[in-house]
Amino acid sequence: MAVHLAIGCVSVLLLVSVLGAALARSRHATTLVYLACLVVSLTASANGAITVRGEAASSSIALPLGLPWLGAHFRVDKLAGFFLTLVNFGGAAASLFAVGYGRHEISPGRVLPFYPLFLAGMNLVLLADDAFSFLLSWELMSLASWALVMSHHTEGDNVRAGFIYLVMASFGTAALLLAFGLLAGNEGDYLFAAIRQQRHADLVSGLVLVLVLVGAGSKAGLAPLHVWLPLAHPAAPSHVSALMSGVMTKVAIYGFIRIIFDLLGSPQWWWAIVVLVAGATTAVLGVLHAVLESDMKRLLAYSTVENVGFVFIGLGLSLAFAANGLSAAAALALTAALLHAFNHMLFKSLLFFGAGAVLHATRERDIERMGGLIHRMPQTSVVVLAGALAISALPPFNGFVSEWLMFQAVLASPSLPQWGLKLLVPGAGAMMALAAALAAACFVRLYGVAFLGRPRSDAARDAHETDRWSIGAMGALASLCLLAGIFPGLLIDALAPVVAPLVGGRMPVQSAEPWLSIVPISEGRSSYNGLMVFVFIAISGFGAAFAIHRLSTRATRRGPAWDCGFPDSSLATQYSAASFAQPLRRVFATTVFRASEHVDMPVPGQTRAALYLARVHDVVWDALYAPLAIGVDRLAGLLNQAQFLTIRRFLNMVFVSLVLLLLGLAIWP
Amino acid sequence: MAVILDLAAQGGQMLLVLALAPLLTGFVRKVKARLLMRKGPPLVQPYRDLFRLVRKEAVLADNASWLFRVAPYLIFAATWVAASLVPTFAGGLMFSWSADLIAITALLGSARFFLALAGMDVGTSFGGIGASREAMFATLAEPAMLMMVFSLALLAGSTQLSTVSSLMHSPDIGLRVSLALALVALIVVAIAENARIPVDNPATHLELTMVHEAMILEYSGRHLAVIEFAAQLKLLLYASLIACLFVPWGIAKSGAGLWPLAIGVGAYIIKLAGLGLLLALFETSIAKMRVFRVAEFLGIALMLGLLGTLLLFVSRSL
Repeated sequence: MAVHLAIGCVSVLLLVSVLGAALARSRHATTLVYLACLVVSLTASANGAITVRGEAASSSIALPLGLPWLGAHFRVDKLAGFFLTLVNFGGAAASLFAVGYGRHEISPGRVLPFYPLFLAGMNLVLLADDAFSFLLSWELMSLASWALVMSHHTEGDNVRAGFIYLVMASFGTAALLLAFGLLAGNEGDYLFAAIRQQRHADLVSGLVLVLVLVGAGSKAGLAPLHVWLPLAHPAAPSHVSALMSGVMTKVAIYGFIRIIFDLLGSPQWWWAIVVLVAGATTAVLGVLHAVLESDMKRLLAYSTVENVGFVFIGLGLSLAFAANGLSAAAALALTAALLHAFNHMLFKSLLFFGAGAVLHATRERDIERMGGLIHRMPQTSVVVLAGALAISALPPFNGFVSEWLMFQAVLASPSLPQWGLKLLVPGAGAMMALAAALAAACFVRLYGVAFLGRPRSDAARDAHETDRWSIGAMGALASLCLLAGIFPGLLIDALAPVVAPLVGGRMPVQSAEPWLSIVPISEGRSSYNGLMVFVFIAISGFGAAFAIHRLSTRATRRGPAWDCGFPDSSLATQYSAASFAQPLRRVFATTVFRASEHVDMPVPGQTRAALYLARVHDVVWDALYAPLAIGVDRLAGLLNQAQFLTIRRFLNMVFVSLVLLLLGLAIWP
Repeated sequence: MAVILDLAAQGGQMLLVLALAPLLTGFVRKVKARLLMRKGPPLVQPYRDLFRLVRKEAVLADNASWLFRVAPYLIFAATWVAASLVPTFAGGLMFSWSADLIAITALLGSARFFLALAGMDVGTSFGGIGASREAMFATLAEPAMLMMVFSLALLAGSTQLSTVSSLMHSPDIGLRVSLALALVALIVVAIAENARIPVDNPATHLELTMVHEAMILEYSGRHLAVIEFAAQLKLLLYASLIACLFVPWGIAKSGAGLWPLAIGVGAYIIKLAGLGLLLALFETSIAKMRVFRVAEFLGIALMLGLLGTLLLFVSRSL
């Protein structure tokens, strides 16, 4: 039943896409398309949630589409149900935001047809039950989002961003294609059900792991394949950026879980090492980039890279436990990863919406030219503050809960027998702690520079509050961030049926715990109660304020800033984003990013201006992509000569390759 | 009856930390003054300061936002909640299960988040410099703290402070390398988090090296009082943490009668006095370090914490 409804939703989305293309010039098209997407996404999200809670393990359908001998198979099981909920909820929030935000779009004709198509593509990836439909949907998702990235192609560097995205997306799909080829084995049966039955040699499954890590990881933003993400995500309109960062990366994570946890069979312990190293590197590298970035949307995109790293650390831990038969701990780690994916969808969408509202109000993406927005955009500033608290993993918000569970999973790992894991897991835990602390610094910087202080430009001085639809969408997400942090037990229990079939275990039933606290392994080991912490903070904060106002004085006077007796009205004396990041840059980036500072002071008597230069290198780009691009260029130059051969030589070449291929076939065992 | 006693113990703890926090600060100041051959302010001076500040009218900068006015109460609330969850005179308090050591660290992180934001609200250079440096310290101190927590949690099999504390009290813990490393890491973190010498100087204003004082420069009146109070609570919290983890003697078991509780309170006050004395001694015997040396100082704590955790991953007996 569920699968029929899900396919129905996808069909409606495809129809809306056509409608969007046809009506793009009409005045009401924006409202109409986004409202339609909102309704469909909410339906699909509810459908997913019902599937997760329902009795039936799965429901499937085969449609006579695609390859004639294969058809198109779709299936909704618990895992797909959870991700359907996540993806479509994010889609619904983005659509609600876009009802207001989309009105400011300069060229709606470039956005409206592709937006529903993008949503449909992501849904189809989750529904696909054979490799062919999976890859086709994956490509649909990539291309639709590429079209959205290119919708503002006249601005800045967006064309380059789109090109790099396209290259990386094709590369990722190619890796997934090879992985499915290996999975299908010699019979070449591409049905997921058939793939599950296959048994693979260790080497083959290891190769599949690497290919999937490259294929799904490049889409999710795993280092060193993350380079396209901070370019492409910010280039799209803000509600699409939110979808790409908050939701599409989750589809990639779904792809990884589906293939590695579900299709590939029982895991090897060394897989965990690969995944953990990739996750920990990604988390730290992403947040270090974010903390030095001053483009608001790019900063958020880098922070997405960090959070994807967190999720992969959770997945790696889960693989390690599952390989050693510790199913309860594996369930804990997998639940933490899935919960973090869900939480990240909530707060990253919220923050990108906030960035969109600020972008519209100030026409600025650079936080160095913002400031004081808390006075001009009072409602936006409250919800963005909630998002910043949540993403910095601070209690009582939801980001803390998933990271807390992740730490608990790390603490469960001394029981692992392998030495490699014993030594690696604490390192990954330290990296996670470091990344979490850096994320808090990063968002203090973002919020402090953009929303607090004095306006740094006329645009920031004249900013205005955003529209009601946008506020509504952000407010809903902000309240959910808080609610998910206060009542995490409900979410953890809801995840139990999703996790159980994948690792063969589950976390303790949280709703049975007194006072709604959450318990990762057993009572007496550790527990956390978000509700209690929230209530305590609220009571003591309000109590202190009330007591002081009542018993003492509430007299307040306004005056000029004190600033140690030397207030300077010049805005140049205000701390900027670059100066805030300076200590962090010196401490962390000197080695990692080869950050350097260059000060050129005029000698006394000279009247020229002093010069200060701070340089930061993107190591991954310099070490990997730049040489690769040069290599490809050289190779293309060499092969270019083949264009100018005579017909005789071309025929020779065809003949020789034919002979070689036949020889290969003859030798093949 | 037992419930009432539990509730009373929890309430007593919450009030006790409130009552003792200014005293500890006053005590440290007094000892420092005596060590420098000065007479020093009376022990109750911090209380007097707080009362005086609370009664004064608050002066806000022209462009201070609502966040600037709300932040002190949030900082205070988060710190107080964290402080009331650390066992002081009795373990297994009524609400101790609502947050473990990781959550207490994160609660202090919430307080710091708002403090740094408050520092940036008015848009002065001092506020920014303080916030930026605080952020840098925190990025190293917080992981160091978590690594310390990991070491203890691996030994105790729990991150719950009461459980860890009672394990540290039990005879089968013994002397361990990992514990020594964790202790050093915790002390370094405590010094940095409380803005003490050599990381920061709680007694200076008008100095470019200041961190904590720079962030709260624009505050006055009741807001300043609340923030100062929160800072005193934080010092008490770290002292209690060190006391309950590494000097756990005298802490009453949960459900114990009145007499063990009284002993617990007495022992707690003695421990605080001892730690305050050591802090004052340490502070008078060392010079403040340059800001960028602090990163190395905290980096050492992080490495020690990680080393301790690694040792425990290798063998539970180390």
